Amino acid sequence: MGPSVIAGMAGAPLRYPQSALAPAGPVARSEFQLIQLSLVIMLGVFVAVTAAFAYTAVRYRSRPGNLAPASAVDENRRLEIGWTLVPLILLVVMAVPTVKDSYALTPPDTPRVVDVRVIGHQFWWELQYTRLGVTTANELVIPYGRKIDLSLTSADVIHSFWVPRLAGKTDLNPGQLNTAWIQADRPGVYEGQCAEYCGLGHANMHIRVVAVTDREFARWVDGMRHPRVTPASALAKRGMALFGQVGCSSCHTVAGTRFHGQLGPELTGMGNRATIAAGTLTNTPAHLRRWLANPPAILPGSTMPDLHLTGSQISALTAYVESLR
Amino acid sequence: MSDAREAAGALAFADGAHERARFGMWIFLSAECAFFACLIGAYLALHGRTLGVPGPGALFDIPVTLAATLVLLVSSLTMVLAVDAIEREAVDALKGWLATTAALGVTFLGFEAYDFADYWARGVTLQGTVFGSSVYTLLGFHGLHVAFGIFWILSLLRACAALTAEGAVKTYLASLYWHFVDVVWIVIFSVVYLVGKAT
Amino acid sequence: MAMALGRAATAAVRLRAWSWLTTVDHKRIGILYLVTSAFLFLVGGFEAFLIRLQLIRPDNHLVSSAMYSQLFTMHGTTMIFLAVMPILVGFMNAVMPLMIGARDVAFPRLNALSYWMYLAGALLLNSSWFLGGAPNAGWFNYAPISTGAYNPGPGIDFYDLGVQIAGIGTLMTGINFLVTILAMRTEGMSLMRMPLFVWTTLITSLLIIFAFPPLTANLFFLMFDRLAGTAFFNVPHGGDVVLWEQLFWTFGHPEVYILVLPAFGIISEVVATFSRKPLFGYASMVWAVEVIAFLSFIVWSHHMFPVGLGPTVNTMFVLTSMAIAVPTGIKIFNWIATMWGGRIQLTTAMLFAMSFIPTFVVGGTSGVMTALAPADMQFHDSYFVVAHLHYVLIGGTLMAVFAAAYYWFPKITGRLMSERLGRWNFWLVTVGFNVAFLPQHFIGLWGMPRRVYTYGPGLGLSFWNALSTVGVFILTLGILVMVMNVVHALRRGEAAGPDPWDGRTLEWSTASPAPPYNFARLPRVRGRDAFWEQKRSTERELWPVDRHIHLPSPTPVPALMALGLLVAAYGAIFRSIPVVAAGLGLTVYGIHRSMFDVDPGVIVTPTEEGAA
Repeated sequence: MGPSVIAGMAGAPLRYPQSALAPAGPVARSEFQLIQLSLVIMLGVFVAVTAAFAYTAVRYRSRPGNLAPASAVDENRRLEIGWTLVPLILLVVMAVPTVKDSYALTPPDTPRVVDVRVIGHQFWWELQYTRLGVTTANELVIPYGRKIDLSLTSADVIHSFWVPRLAGKTDLNPGQLNTAWIQADRPGVYEGQCAEYCGLGHANMHIRVVAVTDREFARWVDGMRHPRVTPASALAKRGMALFGQVGCSSCHTVAGTRFHGQLGPELTGMGNRATIAAGTLTNTPAHLRRWLANPPAILPGSTMPDLHLTGSQISALTAYVESLR
Repeated sequence: MSDAREAAGALAFADGAHERARFGMWIFLSAECAFFACLIGAYLALHGRTLGVPGPGALFDIPVTLAATLVLLVSSLTMVLAVDAIEREAVDALKGWLATTAALGVTFLGFEAYDFADYWARGVTLQGTVFGSSVYTLLGFHGLHVAFGIFWILSLLRACAALTAEGAVKTYLASLYWHFVDVVWIVIFSVVYLVGKAT
Repeated sequence: MAMALGRAATAAVRLRAWSWLTTVDHKRIGILYLVTSAFLFLVGGFEAFLIRLQLIRPDNHLVSSAMYSQLFTMHGTTMIFLAVMPILVGFMNAVMPLMIGARDVAFPRLNALSYWMYLAGALLLNSSWFLGGAPNAGWFNYAPISTGAYNPGPGIDFYDLGVQIAGIGTLMTGINFLVTILAMRTEGMSLMRMPLFVWTTLITSLLIIFAFPPLTANLFFLMFDRLAGTAFFNVPHGGDVVLWEQLFWTFGHPEVYILVLPAFGIISEVVATFSRKPLFGYASMVWAVEVIAFLSFIVWSHHMFPVGLGPTVNTMFVLTSMAIAVPTGIKIFNWIATMWGGRIQLTTAMLFAMSFIPTFVVGGTSGVMTALAPADMQFHDSYFVVAHLHYVLIGGTLMAVFAAAYYWFPKITGRLMSERLGRWNFWLVTVGFNVAFLPQHFIGLWGMPRRVYTYGPGLGLSFWNALSTVGVFILTLGILVMVMNVVHALRRGEAAGPDPWDGRTLEWSTASPAPPYNFARLPRVRGRDAFWEQKRSTERELWPVDRHIHLPSPTPVPALMALGLLVAAYGAIFRSIPVVAAGLGLTVYGIHRSMFDVDPGVIVTPTEEGAA
C-alpha cells in the first residue's frame, strides 16, 4: 500500500489539484461537459449583448450642442418576439443534458461492490467500508476504474463532500442519509475538502481519495483487517502503553487492540496514510510531533486538546502511531 | 365659500385614510396567512416525529377542541353584531357585543390552556420532541393572536365613549383581524386536529 | 451673553434632533434610511476589506479562523439586510410618492416605525462585536451550526433578533408602499402610466409581504431552540436541519429579487432620461417584472442542489430557475433598445446605469449556469458562486444604487454632485469591481470553497487571490471618492434647481428638495412620462393651488416602540425576563397609543416658491 501512495504523489504535481476543470472520473466529466456547454453558450450571449450595447452606446452618444429630442420609437413587436424566443431556444439546448444528467448521475438503489459510509465530524471524515468491515479516516482508498457508492451523513453539523476532480458536492446532513457515487479513471490521489461551512476547522477539513489497483486495494483491506498489533521497537511499545494512559484511547480506535475510543478518527493503519490532521500536514514523524505537541495550534477548533505531553512521551507516541501499518 | 370647499378638500386626505387603513389591514392579514402557512407546513413536516410520546391520534381530544372551536365561531358572530351595532349607532349594543366577544375569546384561551396542561401531563413537552415543539409553537402563536385580539377589543371598549367615524373604522379593523384569527383556527382544527385524529 | 447664545444653540440642536426623531415625512425618513444604510454599507465594506486582506496570500494569519467567520457572516448580513435593501427603501421613500404625485405614503407613522425598527435591528446586530462576539454561521445561518449545541455564544442570538426586528420593519414598509401605490396615485396616474421605478417598488413590496413571513417563522423556530430548548433543529429529538434551509431560501430567493427589481426600476428611469427617449417596451418591462417576481417564489431549491432532494425535485427547480432568464433578457434588450436612436448623455448616473448592463449580464449568465443542477454540484458553495452573487449584487444592484445616488441626489438635497469626481468614482468602482470578482469565477472552478479563512499554496490560487484583493483596493478607492463627492456636494455643491436632468417623471416637477407637502397643486397626469409631456404641452394648469394642506403631525411613538423592541431583544440575549417584559411593555404601549391617539394633523399653506 505504502509505495502506491508515494507513487500517486510522485506524479507531476498538478497546477490546480482541486480543479473541477480537470475531471478524472465519469461523474466529474459529465458535470464538466455541462459546464463547458453552458460556458460556451453564455459567453456567446455575453459577447452578443455587450456588442449590441457598445455599438448603441457609441453610435447614439450625444454630440455637443445636439440636445434635440430623440426619436420616440418605443415598440417593435417583431424584435421583442425575437429576443424572447432566442433565449428560450438556448435554454432548451442546455436544459436537455441537464435533466438527463440529473437522473444519470443519481446512484442506483442497489449498492455496488464497494460502498462506503462517509460520516462528517467537526473536522474530519469517518469512512466506514460497511461490507468489508474496515474503518478509516480522511483518506478514502478505492480501487480505480470501479464505481464506488457513498452514503453520507453527519455526526454533528452539516458538511459537504467535494472532491472536484471526481464529483461535485453532496451534503452530509445530520439525521439524514444521502447517496452519491464516484469513480477514478486512473490510480492517483484526488484532493478535496469540506464545502459547507462547518465551524472553525472548516478550511482545514481535507479529504483525499487514493485510487489504487484492485490488487493493491485487496492488500490494503487485508492489512486493515489484520493490522500489526504489537509494535516492534521498544520506543513504540512504550508509546502503545502511553496511548492507553494519557488519554488517546478514550477517543481513538486501533483495530485489534483494546483501544476503542469513538470520538476521534480511527487510527488503524495510520502509518500508511500520507497526511495527518485532516489532510493539513504530510505524515512525517516531525509533523506528527508538532501535531501532538499542540493540536489546536495547527487546526483551529480541533476537538483534540493539548494534552501537555513531555518531549519523550511525544517521541514514544509518534513511534507507536507511525508503526500502525 | 371657496375656503370652506378647500377645507373639505384638505380633509379628503384624512377620509381616504380610512379606506387605506382597511386595505392595509387586508394586506397585513395576507402576510399573516403566509406566516401561519409556514407554521402549519413546519408542523406537518415534523408532527410524525413523536419519539415515543403520544402522537396526534392518541393525544387530541376532539370533543373538547370542538367546544373551543364553537366558542370561537360564536365570537366571530358576536363581532359581526358589534360592527352592525356601530352602523346602527347603538352604543350600548356595541359595548355589549364587544364585551361578549372578548369573553368568548378568554373562554377559548381557557380551553387552550386546559388542552396544553393535558398534553404536557401526557408527556408531550415543548423540549422533548420536535412534535411537541411544533404543535405548541403553532397553537401558541394562534393563542397569542387571540390574546392580542382580546387586548384590542378591550381597548376599543374603553375608547367606546368617543363613538365616531374614526371609532367605526377601528372596530371594523379589529373585526377583520378577529375573523382572520378565527379562520386560521378553522384551518388548524381541520388540518391538525381532524386529520391528525383520522390518521 | 455667550453662555446664553450657547444655550440657545444647544436648544436649537436639540430641537433639530427631536424633529428628526419624530418625523413622519417620507422624504426625511428617506434621508434617515439613506444616511444610516450608507454608513452601514461602509461598515460592511470594511469587513469585506479585511476578508480580502486575509486572503491576499496563502496561509495568512492576519485574522484568526474565529474572527474570519464573524467577518464573513457580518459582511453578508450587513450588506443584505442593513445596507443594500435599506438603501433601496431609502430611495423609494425619497422619490416614490413624488413620482405618483402623492403628498405622503399611506401610513406615515408606520413608515417611521419601519425605519426605527431597521435602526434598532442594525444597532443590535452591530453591538454584538462588543458584547460577546458577532454571529459566525454565515448570513444564511444554517442549522445546526447556529443552534446552542454548536454555537453557545450570544452571536447567533444577535443575528436572530436583529434580523427579526429589522425584517418585521421591512414587512411594514412593504405593506405601506403597496397601499400607497395602489391607493394614493394622483389623478390620471393609471397603473400603466406609472414610472418603472414605481412598478418595481410595487412588485418588490409584494415580494416583501410574502417572502418575509417564512423568514420570520424560521427565526422564531431558531430563537425558541436557543432560548426555550425546543427541538426544531435538534436532530436527536427529531429535529430537521433541512427545514431551516427550505424556509430560509423560500425567503432568500425572493429576497434576491427584492434587491434586484428596484435596481431594474432605477436603470429604467436613468436610461430613459439620459437617452432622452421614452422607455422601450414599457408594457413588456412591466410584464417581465411581474413574471420574475412570480418565478422568484418557485426557484428556492436551486440554492440546495447538493442537499439531496433527489433528481426529480432538482429538475423542477432547474427548469423554473432557467425560465427566469427569459424575462430578464427581455429587460436587458429593452434597455439597449431605449438607448437606440437616443441622444445618450454620459452623466455619471448614466455611466453607472450603462455599466450595469454588461456586468449584470455576467451575473445573469453565470446564474443560468448555476441553475444547471449537475454543473452546480461543482459551482455550489465555491468561489464561483461568490463571484456570481457579487456580479448580481454589486454589478447589478450597487451599480444601480450609484446611478440612483447621482440621479436623485439633487432632488433630495437640492445640490448637484461633482461630475468630475463622479467620473473617478465610476471608473475606480467599475475597474476595481471587475478585477476583484472576475477571477473569483476561476478560483471557484479551480477548487476553492467559500468561507475558508485560509488556503494552502498547493491549491495554485495564490496569484488569483492576490489579484482579487488588489481589485478590492481599487474598489475601495472608488467608494472613498464617492464619499468625498457627497461631502463636497453637501458643503459647496452647485444648486440643482427643480429639474437638472430635463427629467421625465413627476418628482422633477416640484422644488429640490421638495417642500413638506410635495406639491402645492397635485399634478394631473395625461400620459406616461407625465412631466416630460407636461413640459412640452402648451396648456397651462388652471386649477388652483391647495391653500390648506393637511399633513400628519410628528410623533415620538414609533421611535419609542422600536426602542422597546431593542430593550426586549437585549433582555432576551442576556436572559433577563424582567427586561424583556419592560421592553415589550413599552412596545405594546406604543401600539396602543398608535391605535387610539387621534392625530389632528397640521394644516400647511404652501409658499409661493412651492406653488411655482
